[in-house]
Amino acid sequence: MPAAVRAYLAHERVILGTLMVLLLLIAWEGLERGWWADALRPLLGDSAQRLRLKPIFISSPTLIAAAAFRMFFVTGEIWRDLAWSSAGYLLGLVLAVAIGIPLGLAGGWYRRLSYAVQPFLAALNATPQVAFLPLIIIWVGTGLSERVLIIFLLAVLPLAINAHAAVRTTDPRLIKVAGSFGASEWQLFRTIILPSSVPFLLAGLRLAIGRGMIGVVVGEIYGSAAGLGAMINQAGARFQTDRVFVGVLTIVAAGVILVEVVQRIERRVEIWRTPA
Amino acid sequence: MIAKLEAQDVRLDYLQPRSNSQLRALAGIDLKVMDGEFVSIVGPSGCGKTTFLSVVDGLIPASAGRILVDGRVVTKPGPDRAVVFQDASLLPWRTVLGNVRYGLECLKVGAREAKERATHFINLVGLSGFEDHYPYELSGGMQQRVNLARALVVDPKILLMDEPFASLDAQTREVMQEELLQIWLKAKKTVLFVTHQIDEAIYLSDRVIVFSGRPGRVKQSIPVTIERPRRLAVKREAHFHGIEDAIWSLIEEDVRAERNQVTLT
Repeated sequence: MPAAVRAYLAHERVILGTLMVLLLLIAWEGLERGWWADALRPLLGDSAQRLRLKPIFISSPTLIAAAAFRMFFVTGEIWRDLAWSSAGYLLGLVLAVAIGIPLGLAGGWYRRLSYAVQPFLAALNATPQVAFLPLIIIWVGTGLSERVLIIFLLAVLPLAINAHAAVRTTDPRLIKVAGSFGASEWQLFRTIILPSSVPFLLAGLRLAIGRGMIGVVVGEIYGSAAGLGAMINQAGARFQTDRVFVGVLTIVAAGVILVEVVQRIERRVEIWRTPA
Repeated sequence: MIAKLEAQDVRLDYLQPRSNSQLRALAGIDLKVMDGEFVSIVGPSGCGKTTFLSVVDGLIPASAGRILVDGRVVTKPGPDRAVVFQDASLLPWRTVLGNVRYGLECLKVGAREAKERATHFINLVGLSGFEDHYPYELSGGMQQRVNLARALVVDPKILLMDEPFASLDAQTREVMQEELLQIWLKAKKTVLFVTHQIDEAIYLSDRVIVFSGRPGRVKQSIPVTIERPRRLAVKREAHFHGIEDAIWSLIEEDVRAERNQVTLT
């Protein structure tokens, strides 16, 4: 096998992924600049002009990069939005973890509590939580607390549901071991239930991170003075497509980084797992 | 002489949730195990021998009758009894050392002493050097050694063993049986050993107790007078086969009866 082929096979995943992204970017850039319209004109005639799209409509990778550079390093305006959104996001997420995980664990442990909370969880799970936004605004107005609440509401469910499932699916044989060694209820919880729940809790956290991001955007649509969601919303209303994309991509990047951090933690915590 | 472990007319009825009917699992078990004695329970599958072990441990309360250790009634699990579980049931997120130490943590033994005692028993079961390995890195036989060390470390008077070698391959099982006897001689424990393998029961035990089919009751108690220490080769001697045949004929009729019941229903 030639060396080049071997090198390709060794990195096939990275090479193919990168290639696809590059192709997409080039196709996109070409749509905005009219490359494809010009190239296909002899073949398609005037209808080739449909492949020339207005920047207001799709912007382009270079326009977006330029806007991003301006917003991050020239005017620096995006940092304020980023800080503003992060504050609400972190508060909402911390609140969701602090309430959702203990609630879920307790619900998995105490059958009666589980019965009592089940109707609310089921209802909340079946509704798109953003439907509660008007209510939240009536209750707390449009400020930091509104944004924190909607992020909390979106993020709390996967945390609580996963924590609940984690307790419920604890290996009964291990519970028997603890019982046989005379473990107290607290010891059983600390030595068996909690450690075996960790993978579930981290998986729940990963889901919560993504859903919290929805809250950032949705929560800032109504009368927020700053924040990435508000910025996207305002830029969209003014057809500043490049700025919309900068905002969206910033959120995407933040989400990817956070999920990656959680996955690193997962790998570190779960060294005891059978390598698949 | 007072028995180390005594079961007096132990009965157990289950409520079957689906048919809402009572199912009798144990129908009055009486047995005595003397100090330092190695006693095995064999019987057709479903005869309640594992359930009986759980009752002795105190994990399942008896519907009637009582369990006595050194003449005193016990109703809950306690450090005087320890179980070697059927599947090793190790905590997968703990290392060998962490697993062996587990019972001591439940008893709130200090960290340094716990480590010392755990290390001693890890050595005894032949796993020194594997202290920091996780269960998934161990073979089935090694996992069962950890399981055994975990029970021994709390220094129980009575070791309750629930088919601990059932999931091992035949060769590993034989080796583990021989090693168990050596460890038993050193540790000087009273052992109640549940198995469905007749040759395993004879090879290990001073006495083999045969359970009847469901509901379980003691059918017969058969002393094994083979001299100790026993080598594995004793399994191929005529005397050994004689005991094996006697026990099998006791179990056989119950196995056949059970089979007929199954085909009838």
